[in-house]
Amino acid sequence: MYSTKYHRASSVAEATSLVSAAEDGKFLAGGQTLISTMKQRLAAPSDVVDLRHVDDLQGISVSGETVRIGAATTHAQIAESEDVRNVCAAFADLASLIGDPHVRHMGTIGGSVANNDPAADYPAALVALEATVHTNNRDIAAGDFFVGLFETALEEDEIIVAVSFAAPKKAAYQKFPNPASRYALVGVFVADGSAGARVGVTGAGSDGVFRASDMETALDGEFAAGSLDGVEVDTGLMMSDLHGAPDYRANLVKVLAKRAVVAAV
Amino acid sequence: MGVEGIGARAARKEDRRFITGQGRYTDDMVVAGMKHAAFVRSPHAHARIKGIDKSAAESMPGVLGVLDGKQLTEDGIGNIICGWMIHSTDGSPMNMGVWRPLAEDKVRYVGDAVVVVVAETRALAQEAAEAVQVDYEELPAVTDAVSAIEPGAPQIHEAAEKNLIFDWEIGESLAVEEAISDAANIVELEVSNNRLIPNAMEPRAALGLYDSAEEHYTCWTTSQNPHLARLVMSAFYNVAPENKLRVIAPDVGGGFGSKIYIYPEEIVCLWASKRTGVPVKWTADRSESFLTDAHGRDHVSTIKIAFDANNRMTGIKVDTLANLGAYMSLFSSVTPTYLYATLLSGQYNVPNVHANVRTVYTNTAPVDAYRGAGRPEACYLVERAMETAARQLGVDPAELRRINFVKEFPHQTPVIMNYDTGDFEASLDAAMQASDYAGFPDRKAEAQARGKLRGIGLSCYIEACGIAPSQAVGSLGAGVGLWESAEVRVNAVGTIEVLTGSHSHGQGHETTFAQVVADRLGIGLDTISVVHGDTDKVQMGMGTYGSRSGAVGMSAVAKALDKVESKARKVAAHLMEADEADIVIDEGHLKVAGTNKGIPWSQMALACYTAHDLPEGMEPGLKETAFFDPANFTFPSGCYVCEVEVDPDTGKTDIIQFVAADDFGNIINPMIVEGQVHGGLAQGIGQALLEGCAYDPETGQLLTASYMDYTMPRADDLPNFEVSTTVTECPSNPLGVKGCGEAGAIGSPPAVINAITDAIGNNDLSMPATSQNVWKALNEA
Repeated sequence: MYSTKYHRASSVAEATSLVSAAEDGKFLAGGQTLISTMKQRLAAPSDVVDLRHVDDLQGISVSGETVRIGAATTHAQIAESEDVRNVCAAFADLASLIGDPHVRHMGTIGGSVANNDPAADYPAALVALEATVHTNNRDIAAGDFFVGLFETALEEDEIIVAVSFAAPKKAAYQKFPNPASRYALVGVFVADGSAGARVGVTGAGSDGVFRASDMETALDGEFAAGSLDGVEVDTGLMMSDLHGAPDYRANLVKVLAKRAVVAAV
Repeated sequence: MGVEGIGARAARKEDRRFITGQGRYTDDMVVAGMKHAAFVRSPHAHARIKGIDKSAAESMPGVLGVLDGKQLTEDGIGNIICGWMIHSTDGSPMNMGVWRPLAEDKVRYVGDAVVVVVAETRALAQEAAEAVQVDYEELPAVTDAVSAIEPGAPQIHEAAEKNLIFDWEIGESLAVEEAISDAANIVELEVSNNRLIPNAMEPRAALGLYDSAEEHYTCWTTSQNPHLARLVMSAFYNVAPENKLRVIAPDVGGGFGSKIYIYPEEIVCLWASKRTGVPVKWTADRSESFLTDAHGRDHVSTIKIAFDANNRMTGIKVDTLANLGAYMSLFSSVTPTYLYATLLSGQYNVPNVHANVRTVYTNTAPVDAYRGAGRPEACYLVERAMETAARQLGVDPAELRRINFVKEFPHQTPVIMNYDTGDFEASLDAAMQASDYAGFPDRKAEAQARGKLRGIGLSCYIEACGIAPSQAVGSLGAGVGLWESAEVRVNAVGTIEVLTGSHSHGQGHETTFAQVVADRLGIGLDTISVVHGDTDKVQMGMGTYGSRSGAVGMSAVAKALDKVESKARKVAAHLMEADEADIVIDEGHLKVAGTNKGIPWSQMALACYTAHDLPEGMEPGLKETAFFDPANFTFPSGCYVCEVEVDPDTGKTDIIQFVAADDFGNIINPMIVEGQVHGGLAQGIGQALLEGCAYDPETGQLLTASYMDYTMPRADDLPNFEVSTTVTECPSNPLGVKGCGEAGAIGSPPAVINAITDAIGNNDLSMPATSQNVWKALNEA
């Protein structure tokens, strides 16, 4: 690791001004990706600005069917939240499957969403729930937020403040972990929401998270696993690496989607 | 409290310091004036070094030295060598290429060390290392053994034409061909043995200290064998004469073979300490560990077994191609030859065996012994072929093995080994019973009803351990003798220090070696200390690998105890005016048999040191040394049964049950032995299901260079193991022990793969049997 300067911001405004003042500043929102990247000397920010202690980024609130989760909320807090579990257990389940206990107690939803790792879990849920990403400047629909591999709609110095979504009637997340990293080799979040069935897929797409629209159409007929029998997953859209060739990933997308439909509550 | 002698489940004495964070590892060592090293490593798999510009690095703050291979050569530091000579079938010696501790002309794998930077801090050293400009001319690279011997493959070493290191054979080729042509049935199989990265929890490290006044070097290093390291660095690498070189291997956090060898970094730290005038420390980061620790296995083999009409084996023919990486590491030549092909008859009475082994250079990290070393490769090949044969011949796999077991001992195999004892049927019976082998069909049906594919697989392994005797290994090409030494030092108050040349890096020697002494003398474990890992303290030793510490190292302790007891009896007899023949040692006392006369052990010890009243002519003191060189290898054996369920939708394999029935001879501490078996099984299952080192075939970059891509087995990948032992005593050492460190890693991979291929009905499955690979095999079935 190269030497770096650590700042603990107490407000969003302070955080953005610290980063703009720095030679090469980075927001630190839990550090479960950034710190390992720095340890491997693949990133060398002059300054890191810790967002985990900013008041405006804290807390989970559920009002009616609307869930709002502050960006600095850890995966462990989401996994353990009774409020989240009551309205959308699938979301809490998803958080409980991220990394290991150390990661879950340090890593935050804001950090994960902003990083947009193509194998991260939250993006599948956010696109399937048609969630909104709230930043210090604007609100962005999840479908517009995730642009590509590690790419988002965030501008320079823009900070995620919270994410919010309306709880669906039913949902479930099924994850097949990469055996080494335990990130999602494929993860499928299925939701039966007010606008119909939604299927978010992470880990599999060569361009990052995506919605499986053929599956959504099939499930709109009947929200049952059998509806997906005839749906083909296009291997041409799949990512390929040591751990999963396109045909294997495509198979997993379908298998997990069916399992998620069965598991949805 | 009773004495915790042989057979007691004594708690490990060393664990207090390990679990309270008070272990003392090489990286914990701090000496006055110590500075830090960082290595500049090749980013290319194969390239010519056209020039090195060190000027920017040299002018950076805190930098004390930027040293390269030319300077190392000027100072007369020798080549890194392989210590075991193998001759090809045509009589020519193996083609060993030059391995310089810092590459001068060419780099041959990604991670090859080129320059070392010494600086005030580790961070400064790393930053300066990045400022060193090496001008490379990239060359084409080859990473797999099959491609490396194809015409037109890149030539890696001048000394090895077509990258062939040796083309060796063992056994009678004609006899095997005859058995094959006369066979009623022939079973053939081609398998690869996947390449593994050792991943010891503690990365390699070295601290070199040069004392200019004494012209003396001290090296703290992560070694399984500090005396061997001193011998090799002195005799072959010209670092310093033995009397001017002290090697200390303090607590070492796992080795698995990868810390047997002497690597460039410890040589360079010692040399750089003299060059720069400061003590120099280097500790590998995890990326360096992945790139440069010697890897394991990496074979491609074919096996042919001939059977007669009664399903008895009449011949085995094997062809193996082994990838030794970019350089020949210390024992790289013996691992795929004498540690491998000599076990190809397995537990079976087969009259003819022939093996041809070719080893090749590639642009990958050096490959050498890794837990099991050659024996897992042999076991995997033979036991997968036996399961294949059972299916092909329509015989129950257990029955086919039983028909062919060696049943009389000693048994001379056609490939050098003389099996001393064993009871293979006892292990098989124990494993079948513990696994409810007979009830498997019902469990399979029940699993099927749940949509799961259930399979069962057997593996009957035998290994040659102890890695001795000296005369035998010498005749096979070893550059060193393979005995062990011990000193038992009785202090004036009767407490004891045992100095051993074995080295503990997780095995629990501080407990088990003490148990041997406690058992003999009837004294408490807390009065016995085990000293190891320092060439200035311990007389000499060959170190720990090949499950040899019990059979060879502890036996040396037993021999030294014979001498100690003999003198103690004489002293006690003299003090009690009794006949020496009547003295018995019991419960910490020396007693006169048949009387109530006795003196405590401590009183006898004090008498040895006061020397006021010793027998006429006896020297004072009580300390004895012994060297033990056994008459034979030891032959642990056993039977493993694995039962799996495969999810046909995803290919995910769950190990439902794993039964291990081992014969390790006598057991010193059953708890520690079980721990060794558990660890070995975890590593073997890791190889079977998860671990697979991969290089990019074009660029030679290591693709599995971190835990993001290299899958280590974790607790949730493993079942609860059911382990048990049967005992046939080893006749070639005084304790009757055989060794247990490697068995789990040797016996388990074929059991796992046999179970999966049984479940999916396709035998064409390679390790690691990841979910993806199983799914593909299932869909191709």
